[in-house]
Amino acid sequence: MTDTALPPITSTIDARGSFCPGPLMELIRGMKESEVGDVVAVLTTDNGSKTDIPKWVGKAGHNLIGVFARDGYDEIVVEKVR
Amino acid sequence: MQRVVVLGGGVGGTLTANLTARKLKHEISNGEARVTVVDATGAHAYQPGYMYIAMGGEHAEKLVRPERSLLDKNVELVVDTVTAIDTEAQTVTLGAGTDLVYDQLVIATGARILPEELPGFETDAHHFYSAEAAAKLRTALDAFEGGKIVIGIAGIPYKCPPAPLEVAFLVESELRDRGLRDKTEMTFLSPINRAFTIESVSDMATPIFAEKGIGLELLAGVAEIDVERKVVITDAFEEHPYDLLICVPPHRGAQVVIDSGLAPKSGWLPTDRHTLQVKTVAKPAPGQADEDITRFPNVYALGDATDLPLSKAGSTAHFEAPIVAERVAASVQGREPEGKDASYTGKVMCFFEVGDGKGTLLQFDYDNPPKPPKPNRMWHIGKVVFNKTYWRTVPRGRI
Repeated sequence: MTDTALPPITSTIDARGSFCPGPLMELIRGMKESEVGDVVAVLTTDNGSKTDIPKWVGKAGHNLIGVFARDGYDEIVVEKVR
Repeated sequence: MQRVVVLGGGVGGTLTANLTARKLKHEISNGEARVTVVDATGAHAYQPGYMYIAMGGEHAEKLVRPERSLLDKNVELVVDTVTAIDTEAQTVTLGAGTDLVYDQLVIATGARILPEELPGFETDAHHFYSAEAAAKLRTALDAFEGGKIVIGIAGIPYKCPPAPLEVAFLVESELRDRGLRDKTEMTFLSPINRAFTIESVSDMATPIFAEKGIGLELLAGVAEIDVERKVVITDAFEEHPYDLLICVPPHRGAQVVIDSGLAPKSGWLPTDRHTLQVKTVAKPAPGQADEDITRFPNVYALGDATDLPLSKAGSTAHFEAPIVAERVAASVQGREPEGKDASYTGKVMCFFEVGDGKGTLLQFDYDNPPKPPKPNRMWHIGKVVFNKTYWRTVPRGRI
């Protein structure tokens, strides 16, 4: 998916500066507080997040919209499905 | 008169107070300085010992001593709760309603466990984060005759990160000794994508799970406990049935630091990784670097209370305390902090039990991850000796 086709983001979790497993844990917490259909973005500077977050999203049955390289960090966008 | 107030009489608070009082001996005797510890119970518990109540052989009464007996004679002790911290007025409000004025404040208020936050936890899950809970787990293990044991973690961070792995390994050894291993299926639920947060330790521990035949499930943080069906539900919606459930409860920092606006909802105090000064906000504003966040010049945090990416363990507090004491004493004496204790390097050192009378050692800092030696009897004995000599050594600053 390209940036321009990104659905509207319901909430953004800024986990930049947080080390593994901080960004993943913050996403899990954020998803618990979200409604089905919400789109949650995680901003992370932790390299491991690019592997761990998509893996967890797949396991949990949510929808990984994309991992986008930004200026000095990554933005991982997830839709809550269940 | 310079007033140093230390909140909390755990490892970090007690050792910081004792080291500070030693550095300020002349100022205290001249009436120019005062060091006061405020502790809610007046009793100092050696929390690493709780796990050994559950694993047999340790007794609750041996794990607690009066805080007064561990403090330097020049340290005052106030036994009371703290209900508010006001960094503008430089006061802490005590449960009795009185205010204590400080010039230098050290927050060593530790971590709280919140089993009640997870429905079903208090009914069905066992843990080892209090003497009472550990004794109950011991009783449950004594009554266990085979079935499914699940060991899980309900949220990161939690105190003593290796502890649930140690419990898994020790329980497995015990069941083998009792002839119950063939009748037992064991599963360890790791909330992250490996067995342990630190990669090198994970690499050391993962083969041990395989050797011991303990199922290792990754990305499986405990989210719910269905008491009726006796099933753990992970945050990825997977289900794990249990007959005996051992689970690390949710943890948070002290309520008073949240209520006083010093920490976010998690309760972990935003803390400078080197000076251990508390930051005025948890995260930098967009475009701002972490170094640009203002630090309170006279408010420090250490031990479990901080948000630092380190183990929440007595060892962390043990190695942080000399830095806080040096910086506080330097402020009182109107000098710059000096020597090796001027800045914290992230040093932590702790033992790790793997069962069968063997252990290893985790020693690391911000720049050097641990390289645990192959588990052997020496490190297990090291942990036993450390546990027994703790009272005479750590709180008094002898090691």
